[in-house]
Amino acid sequence: MKRIISLILVAVMAVALLASCGETTTTTGAKYALVTKAAGNAYNEKEAEGFKAAMEAAGLTSSDYIIRHPEQATVEAQIAVINSLISQGVKSIAIAANDPNALSSVLADAKAKGIKILTLDSDVAPADRLTFCNQAGVQQVAQALIDAVLDLTGGEGDYAILSATSQATNQNAWIDAMKAIAAADSAKYGKLNLVEVAYGDDEPQKSTDQTQALLQKYPDLKVICAPTTVGVAAAAKVLQDKKSTVKLTGLGLPSEMAEYIGNDADHSCPYMFLWNPIDLGKLAAYASIALVDGKITGAVGDKFEAGNMENSPYTLTAVEGTNASEIILGAPFKFDPSNIGEWKSVY
Amino acid sequence: MKAFLRKITGNHEVTLGIILVVLFIVVDILSGFKFHGLENIGDIFKNNALTLIMSLGMLCVLITGGIDISITGTLAFAGMTIGLLQKYNIIHNTLLLFVIAVAIGGACGLINGLIIAKGKVSPIICTLGAMYIYRGLAYVISNNQWASGEDVTSFSKFGNSAGPYIILALAFVIYFVVMKWTPFGRKVYAIGSNREAARISGINVDRVEIAVYTLMGVLAGLAGALSVSIYGSAQPNMQTGKEMDVIAACVIGGVAMSGGRGTVVGTLLGGIFYAVVYKALPLVGLEAIWQNLIKGVIILGVVIINVLTQRAMNRQALARREI
Repeated sequence: MKRIISLILVAVMAVALLASCGETTTTTGAKYALVTKAAGNAYNEKEAEGFKAAMEAAGLTSSDYIIRHPEQATVEAQIAVINSLISQGVKSIAIAANDPNALSSVLADAKAKGIKILTLDSDVAPADRLTFCNQAGVQQVAQALIDAVLDLTGGEGDYAILSATSQATNQNAWIDAMKAIAAADSAKYGKLNLVEVAYGDDEPQKSTDQTQALLQKYPDLKVICAPTTVGVAAAAKVLQDKKSTVKLTGLGLPSEMAEYIGNDADHSCPYMFLWNPIDLGKLAAYASIALVDGKITGAVGDKFEAGNMENSPYTLTAVEGTNASEIILGAPFKFDPSNIGEWKSVY
Repeated sequence: MKAFLRKITGNHEVTLGIILVVLFIVVDILSGFKFHGLENIGDIFKNNALTLIMSLGMLCVLITGGIDISITGTLAFAGMTIGLLQKYNIIHNTLLLFVIAVAIGGACGLINGLIIAKGKVSPIICTLGAMYIYRGLAYVISNNQWASGEDVTSFSKFGNSAGPYIILALAFVIYFVVMKWTPFGRKVYAIGSNREAARISGINVDRVEIAVYTLMGVLAGLAGALSVSIYGSAQPNMQTGKEMDVIAACVIGGVAMSGGRGTVVGTLLGGIFYAVVYKALPLVGLEAIWQNLIKGVIILGVVIINVLTQRAMNRQALARREI
């Protein structure tokens, strides 16, 4: 029995070793590298697609850039990938970090070799990178959401927010910014009445309970805004199943939400938002080029051209409360009946 | 009057039933009489169908003196599997998907049962490991994908029908009959009351224990299928932490963590009590940040009442014997 167990353990270790060696080493001589969170994730694939498209739009060929998907969404897998990129002598690494702190030492190694480090999607500690391509600026998300509420209520009436947990940093920042925007322009938003911020804890069951409670508590409710992917899907299902007249908007995954998006009475969500991973990949590509060319250094106030991207040229802004820089992609991407069919298979 | 009082203080189910009715009326008043509607009561049962169904399995596990904290891992593994089978258009038959989920759950439970009964591993240790393994398997097979929305459209029709209510009712009726009137039910109680005595009197303790954990797995698998069906979504992290709700429902229902004591009716009342609290807290105008705290206070309060009732019962039993 012992022998069998030890055999199994050895086999597992061997497989694990093989798996970590299994990443393909592609072209050497590449200058610009992209490291995503993990292989096999449609969202990451789209970031890579954007990165590639921007590189080619900038006149570079496939030998100039390298895209690496770690085998797993772990820090260890990313460290292995970064080490191999360092030894290949790349000039820049754009990474969607799997952990804000644990990559610190390997990124310091890369920096010591003169490699320009930038992050996208998920940031690391500011000292470890030059800049961060931020897919969701707080102001932009809040503005899009409050305008959607304004539009769906018809300019006045009750609305509620269904958030994640009461401590969720992103959601709280967005909600505070929504309130601030509404308070600052009372001529436009003054007739909107936020009745409650409910918390579904990013749990389908609790989000369902909270949505049902909102409907029962506020008979005049017109709109629910759920700036969280789990909450928005749960609320969409409740409203649609109950054939409620309350409309929904928020931040959601197109694949999760496709069934609920539509302008007629049979659908609960006329439109919602999320960022566009393709554009985020593009932005990271243009920022990489600008950093390597020395056009920007990662300092707040730097400016660079980003090809034919909608918001080009981009300016590096300060991350709130620090002097570290970030590049905000732009307003979140709107998913409505006209484009949901195309996006639902993407992520 | 004395007999009436004795009846109240002498029976868990009656006490809990009275508390439940009082709670329901209070909540109904506080919420402006919006709580007693048929739709609301339907929602209470449907939203807590998973907790209620798994509490039946947990009842048996707890009666034998064990515990199973791997159930939501099993739930996620089974739910994720059938979610992916639909996502990749392999199977769309609702009945078949339920059978697969139940089979996966049963297999997970059987493994737990074998390790606990034959390997003599403490249930909490075994199921702690199993919790990570089954949850991990859900992550591995999901490969960062969710199955949701359109992937599970036809399957989630079942969740919107009377289906979940029928399954819930059937499960409780079957368990009520089995635990009260069959040899299997009596063996489960016997093991929990006194394991050695049960063994000496010829009960195959290992076999009963394996069966108890396998049934727990079957119900967790069933709950996985229901979860995908009711919420229209399969994610590897689904229902994380719900095992505590299930255990809480049992404990509120008067099931003893030390084994040997607990009834299907008590568990049902405990589950409904928990469900009503869950549903009521957001409705009565309590601020969100207070809800968990209040929930904890209510659970503890009921458990204390349970303990006091139990003491009264024991005293009465003693008094009767002295006569």
